[in-house]
Amino acid sequence: MKILVCISKSPDTTSKIAFTDGNSKFDENGVQYIVNPYDEWYALVRALELKEVAGGSVSIITVGNASDEAVMRKALAIGADEAIRIDAEPTDAYYVSMQIAEYAKANGFDIVLTGKETINYNGSQVGGMIAEGMDLPFVSLASKLEANGNTLTLETEIVGGIQIVEIDMPAVISCAKGMAEQRIPNMRGIMAARKKPLNVVPPADITPLTAFESYALPEAKSACKMIEPENMDELVELLHNEAKVI
Amino acid sequence: MATLVYINSENGLAKSAHEVVTYAKKLGEEVVVVTTGSQEESTLSELGKYGASKVLVEKSVSGNDAQQLTRVITSAVESTSANTIVFSHDLVAKAVAPRLSVKLKAGLISGAIEVPNGHTVKVNVFSGKAFGNVTIASDKKIISLLPNSIQPEENGSACTVESFDGNPGEITIKLIETKKPEGEIPLPEAELVVSAGRGLKGPENWLMVEDLAKELGAATACSRPVADIGWRPHHEHVGQTGVAIRPNLYIAAGISGAIQHLAGVNGSKVIVVINTDPEAPFFKAADYGVLGDAFEVLPRLTEAVKKFKASNQ
Repeated sequence: MKILVCISKSPDTTSKIAFTDGNSKFDENGVQYIVNPYDEWYALVRALELKEVAGGSVSIITVGNASDEAVMRKALAIGADEAIRIDAEPTDAYYVSMQIAEYAKANGFDIVLTGKETINYNGSQVGGMIAEGMDLPFVSLASKLEANGNTLTLETEIVGGIQIVEIDMPAVISCAKGMAEQRIPNMRGIMAARKKPLNVVPPADITPLTAFESYALPEAKSACKMIEPENMDELVELLHNEAKVI
Repeated sequence: MATLVYINSENGLAKSAHEVVTYAKKLGEEVVVVTTGSQEESTLSELGKYGASKVLVEKSVSGNDAQQLTRVITSAVESTSANTIVFSHDLVAKAVAPRLSVKLKAGLISGAIEVPNGHTVKVNVFSGKAFGNVTIASDKKIISLLPNSIQPEENGSACTVESFDGNPGEITIKLIETKKPEGEIPLPEAELVVSAGRGLKGPENWLMVEDLAKELGAATACSRPVADIGWRPHHEHVGQTGVAIRPNLYIAAGISGAIQHLAGVNGSKVIVVINTDPEAPFFKAADYGVLGDAFEVLPRLTEAVKKFKASNQ
């Protein structure tokens, strides 16, 4: 089985979020980048588990510049066989998805996996866009994935519950919590990752459709009003009359 | 010219359906709704009250096959000459809107939280820790609206409902089974949420949380550690790597308020924090705080809500 896992970098979950250049750019000062948790914990690890059972290969792909290679090496250390970096600024989800769709079409994969969203843009767009770009079925927010011959069985979130569905490969799947457990790379994996191929590919000619013009931070909350633990009637009264939420 | 709204009407019309029609109406064009399945006409025509001029129903499609829905919506875009397509940013939209974006070469803005200001749309980014202002370069535009971001406004009357042939094509995703827990309020849509964390010490103590939620008509949620150790199901986990919610009221008991948890809930209008630790970072993000033991405070709060409801009837 040939699996392609889409990897994005994202700021460490504890990063302080700030902006520069007149609030038009994310302030990278002091920010530690990680592999987007959904891509790493769920998509990549499940891909490795499938390979361990059925054989095949796991490739990771990202659209970004040379500075992204550190997070790509981490994904290789966890166990991916090779990495592909499409050498371009990841301008918007459409641009990134069409780049990956072009590469995947040309190189033939049985499954393309993404995380359910990145923790920086939360768009949940890339998986569906790749699928449409490749004219393949797409199952979003899968929490379980089993392969049986040419058929994939998936458990996926629906409004107010879950659904079990089947699709034939090739297919695109976005991965959510429940799919796999996080793996910590060991020393051997880290050493091996240094020697694994990291191919740099020039971008296809794609025009982005959207642009982030500026960013803003939420306004600071006013001080928290403390209520005595004995006085829950007062809290209910405040929620009704002051906050007007009940 | 029109604004097309896709609504999933499989389980009746959720509040988010009223929100998206209200939102579309504010864009200034005629609002046409497209939906699939066998929902009652009388239910669908209610969307007129929020500003829809008609509802198109593709009855031959049941279920949520994203490729089929994408083809149906594309047909509806053609037949209405719509320039803007609006979704609620829910589980179906997350599969369909990106496909449609590629198919129509229409820029997609996910997670909008306000009506556009000129051509700029405000969205949540960095898991609720910041906002972004996004523009779309293409003529056709797709916006998916985060639930609970705007209030539905009723100012019209019922509208017409028409059958629509949307050329759905073949199903590629075979449905095996659907599991829906009865009587639970889906978390992303809930207006009131009661949540708890490790401070509750064990899954057997969740009855207190459920009692309060039931009394309020709220959904229940939890922090990541609690879902990870299996005290609560994963779909209840709110936070950076779980569900991001923006209810009117979020009550958190025994959750310290790590930055990753705050990311999932800081869109809430009002936050109440119950914790024994005065240094818990959550108090800084709270509107109301109770410094006390959840084991005592939660039952007391449930009683107070009961009393309040009795005196307000």
